[in-house]
Amino acid sequence: SEKLLKVAASIPRDSLVSLGTCFGKFTKTQKFRLSVTALDFLAPYAKYKVWVKPGSEQSFLYGNHVLKSGLGRITENTAQYQGVVVYSMADVPLGFGVAAKSTQECRKVDPMAIVVFHQADVGEYVRNEDTLT
Amino acid sequence: MGRKLDPTRKEKRGPGRKARKQRGAEVELARFLPPGKAGPVPPRGARCRRCGLPDGRQVPLHKEKRAVRAAGQIPRGQSGFSDGNSKWLTPAKAKKIQSKGNNVELSSDGEVEEGSWEMEEEEDGSSEEMVDDYGASSSEEEELLPIEKVALKQKPDRGDLSEDDSEEEEEDSNRQNMGQKEKESTDLQLNLDIDEEFKLPTNEQIEREDILFYLLCAGFLAVYDSLMVFLPAEPPDLHVIHQRIKGNMEVLQDFVVKREEGRTRQEYLALLRRDMAAYYSYSDFLLMKLMDIFPLPELINFLEANEVPRPVTVRTNTLKTRRRDLAQALINRGVNLDPLGKWSKTGLVIYDSSVPIGATPEYLAGHYMLQGASSLLPVMALAPQENERILDMCCAPGGKTSYIAQLMKNTGMILANDSNAERLHSVVGNLHRLGVTNAVVSNCDGRQFPKVLGGFDRVLLDAPCSGTGVISKDPAVKTNKDEKDILRCAHLQKELILSAIDSVNAASETGGYIVYCTCSIMVEENEWVVDYALKKRNVRLVATGLDFGKEGFTRFKDRRFHPSLKSTRRFYPHTHNMDGFFVAKFKKFSNAIPQAQKEPAVEAASLSTVPNTVMEPQLKKKKLEGSKADREQKQPQPALKKRHSLQVQRRPLKA
Repeated sequence: SEKLLKVAASIPRDSLVSLGTCFGKFTKTQKFRLSVTALDFLAPYAKYKVWVKPGSEQSFLYGNHVLKSGLGRITENTAQYQGVVVYSMADVPLGFGVAAKSTQECRKVDPMAIVVFHQADVGEYVRNEDTLT
Repeated sequence: MGRKLDPTRKEKRGPGRKARKQRGAEVELARFLPPGKAGPVPPRGARCRRCGLPDGRQVPLHKEKRAVRAAGQIPRGQSGFSDGNSKWLTPAKAKKIQSKGNNVELSSDGEVEEGSWEMEEEEDGSSEEMVDDYGASSSEEEELLPIEKVALKQKPDRGDLSEDDSEEEEEDSNRQNMGQKEKESTDLQLNLDIDEEFKLPTNEQIEREDILFYLLCAGFLAVYDSLMVFLPAEPPDLHVIHQRIKGNMEVLQDFVVKREEGRTRQEYLALLRRDMAAYYSYSDFLLMKLMDIFPLPELINFLEANEVPRPVTVRTNTLKTRRRDLAQALINRGVNLDPLGKWSKTGLVIYDSSVPIGATPEYLAGHYMLQGASSLLPVMALAPQENERILDMCCAPGGKTSYIAQLMKNTGMILANDSNAERLHSVVGNLHRLGVTNAVVSNCDGRQFPKVLGGFDRVLLDAPCSGTGVISKDPAVKTNKDEKDILRCAHLQKELILSAIDSVNAASETGGYIVYCTCSIMVEENEWVVDYALKKRNVRLVATGLDFGKEGFTRFKDRRFHPSLKSTRRFYPHTHNMDGFFVAKFKKFSNAIPQAQKEPAVEAASLSTVPNTVMEPQLKKKKLEGSKADREQKQPQPALKKRHSLQVQRRPLKA
């Protein structure tokens, strides 16, 4: 919030490490890469969600893609390559992903096919602690 | 379970596991039922009470037989026995049972003896082939398992053994002292006697046990052999040392009575220190410090507690979940946990878990934080309110900061500072993971603080310390700390606490509090620093709000501290089962900084101050709500310096 900003202004630039919550970073080519730290803010607004079965929760948290065998539920009319938020069966948000297949295709495809590409997951808090933000 | 029932075949039954259990049940039942009453028939394969006896009689329950034997009479309502049995009923057994007082009381713990199985069955004769006595026998001795017999035998043996050990030492020590061998011989009876006769080994014995000396004189083994009775120049035997520690403690507890003539208390203490240093692997310096802080029995408890790790505790992140829900979720994952205690609403203690606690999806989603129980205390003492400005001066790895944030419900502002840049990564990670949005993380040296930013409502200072309270986490502290380290820590802590106090705005409406805490139990780092702050600044100690924990010292050795130090709290691993900790809460009542005074007045009255350094208080004059507005007011304030200086002389600065 703004109050925070004002306060942080008085800290020497070299000493300021973080302020509020980091949503993501801007890259050199002016793209914005969203990071997992934005999950809490975006998750409630997600229109397309994917639920993952308990068995493949861990696998997703390690950074792997979600296979059809691990897919629990998926919202209807998810288009292909649609950005999704990945949840566990207990409705705990696990991360972000991209739907590899639309919902219709997901039904038909074989169990070993990838249905959600992994983009960011909360496991990164532990894996990439240093490079997080 | 898998036994084939063959009523005609009498099996010699040993004391099986089930048999013993069953027997116990019988005994329990027998206690409640009066003798002679048939209890419920336990469904037991080979016993076949349903079939009854060939001549149509009921098979008597063995407890009834007990009664018969004990009482030597026909059981009431039982047609089984007749007086004719008295021939083969041995009076000795009956006596045995009677001696137990109650005829239904067998060996009360339901022991099963081995040999009596066969005996019983044979004695009962053919008419009672079906009877399963469970080896119920009258004689108490026979009822013991062979292993129990051995155990009984061993008890006096063991006693002798330990006495032998200490005997040896005493012998050695007495060689040079006096020929008191005759005294020893009478000491073999009780351990108590041994302790009473605890003798200090002479210097030679001490030398011999010194491990360096041992290495040195490895070559002289043969020579020593001829001189001494016991093993010469042995490596320090831990068992022996342990016994000696115990003996020494006994003597010291009751020194007047148990002391050895001609030996001073100092010698006993010196030996105790050496032994404890050897046994628990502490440096002598640290042990001396600990002996000053703790009385002797507590010291042993403390040292023992440091060998064992404290239980793993977590703190629920109330920003994202409730303790109940979290507990449920973790239990579903296979974690064995309990709420931490009455004093905490968010803590959980983990007993064991089938999944790594630091890697569950709940952890990654930020529902809880792995944190020591003692780390919850300073934040509870700080009691941050919503919409306050809080400074956490040494925040890594961020556990306390996030707890502050959750208590404030993400309102207000927290400045999380740490001077160590690498550890700040974990702070940032944790804050993001737990969903803390009101934090600013900075990497300044804590001592710069009021200069960088001041005017906080509350400050938490978890000062870097020697770590003597967390020895169970880091055993290296036992040996690598010495006088210089402690003093260096203390010096840094004193500087930090002054900066912390200066960063607080005394005029804040809801705040003006500083909490100082360390994970150390050394008086130099705790009470001394607090006392120093009381002398140097306009603060006073207030109650921490923690109703458990030991009070801080008001005097220690030759130092005398302010009496208000009673409101500080000390926590120990052996009394509270959490890491050693110290918490003190200050309230700042004036923004003025007293000039260095030589007076001993601890609550440095602002009356006696000459405010040369009144500049800083100006910067801190910030009200809670209108913090931004006040900043603009900062400019005119230096002009008021002169006026303020006069005011301060007379009375504390008013908001």
